[in-house]
Amino acid sequence: MMQMIEGSHAVAEAVKFCRPQVIAAYPITPQTHIVEALADFVANCELDAEYITVENEFSALSACIGASAAGSRTYSATTSQGLALMFEVCFNVAGMRLPIVMSIANRALGAPLSIWNDQQDSISLRDSGWLQFYAEDNQEATDLHYIAYRVAEDPSVLLPAFVCFDGFILSHTYEPTDLLTQEDVDKYLPKFTPKERLDAADPISFGMYATPDYYHEFRYDMDRALKESKAIIREAGKEFGRMFNRDYSAMVEGYRLEDADTAIVAMGSICGTTKDAIDEIREEGKKVGLLKVRVFRPFPSENMAKALAHVKRVAVLDKNVSLGAKGALALEVKDALYSSGIPVKDYIIGLGGRDVRKKDIKAIVELVEKGQGDIFYGLRREVL
Amino acid sequence: MALAVGCRARPGKARDNKTGSWRVFKPVFDQEKCSKCGTCRTICPEGCISENAEEFFVPDYTYCKGCGLCAEECPKEAIGMIQEEK
Repeated sequence: MMQMIEGSHAVAEAVKFCRPQVIAAYPITPQTHIVEALADFVANCELDAEYITVENEFSALSACIGASAAGSRTYSATTSQGLALMFEVCFNVAGMRLPIVMSIANRALGAPLSIWNDQQDSISLRDSGWLQFYAEDNQEATDLHYIAYRVAEDPSVLLPAFVCFDGFILSHTYEPTDLLTQEDVDKYLPKFTPKERLDAADPISFGMYATPDYYHEFRYDMDRALKESKAIIREAGKEFGRMFNRDYSAMVEGYRLEDADTAIVAMGSICGTTKDAIDEIREEGKKVGLLKVRVFRPFPSENMAKALAHVKRVAVLDKNVSLGAKGALALEVKDALYSSGIPVKDYIIGLGGRDVRKKDIKAIVELVEKGQGDIFYGLRREVL
Repeated sequence: MALAVGCRARPGKARDNKTGSWRVFKPVFDQEKCSKCGTCRTICPEGCISENAEEFFVPDYTYCKGCGLCAEECPKEAIGMIQEEK
């Protein structure tokens, strides 16, 4: 049913329909409205779940480990410093192969303290073994939660997943959003029935230690599972499309890309602005298109190389920076296109909540046409 | 031992961890010098030195981490540590 609803509340509704049995989270701006709404659902008996109140994010995700290992569908949500505090636990969750789903309302990392949006937080955990989905709008942010659980809990995957959406820009924005019903979600998302779980009557330990004879192979096995999850993501996205008319089978999605000379590659809410900018640039006669990255881990290199094979140049918009190198997305795009010889330029944009406007996208298109890039875009040189 | 997804293990599986793979230096026992005092067995933190039928003491290289305490404490200097390549 279509509703005019705040992003955080739409996500909370979607999570409720996923029937998590255990939620452990700690409130942090701009994620707070999600966990507030879920706490209300549990208190009102709208959702039959254990809501564990904890003293910080480290405890939140640690509690989720126990709950998930005991066989519960488990959920958490966080952002920024909260996610940074979970760093160690994130690697353990993935290593123990626990399919926890966590919403990330993307926010910049301190210092300096910033409560505003960029994607540095989840990007900084790109090597942890979690799947990473990025939403363009609130519709996608809600739908990706159903898909995330379905993929994460698939017996061939058994890896945790972030569902990332830009803090404030999406989390605090009211948009018309089509929320599914409980019956719909029950048909799409089967019960979580792990083969192995913590059980005092049949004891088992998770994440034991591995000597140098085994650790290397454990990491390989996780990498393989993450790469092979691409097929499961495609199938889960396709099935979602068959049932609800919104197809998420593509990990990268083109917009006016078929005949484009210049391609912009981006992730998250900036894709909406970019599409509007492209419509206006096209009226000026320039053939510009967008390739939106919906799944950052596993990284869809093959799909990206195929989708961009015909373009003359690529501009990557990065709402993050791997300090001392480039934006994380640009590094991946350059790797995917390495053998094609297509020039790829990187533009670090919108850090710490700096607005990115249509005119900025237009300016970036002009820069990439001139071969100028690999820069922090829009620097206020007067303050340097 | 085949990998278990998520490194999950039943109780008692710690025995499967062959700590001998940690070893860089390997203790070699010289029975000519050995006085059979048993200090090496007493001192071994891994508990992997045992007495054989001839009352000599021998390490179990499956578990010996190569710490070298036995060689350090041997009153007869009958234990040498040699570098191993694996």
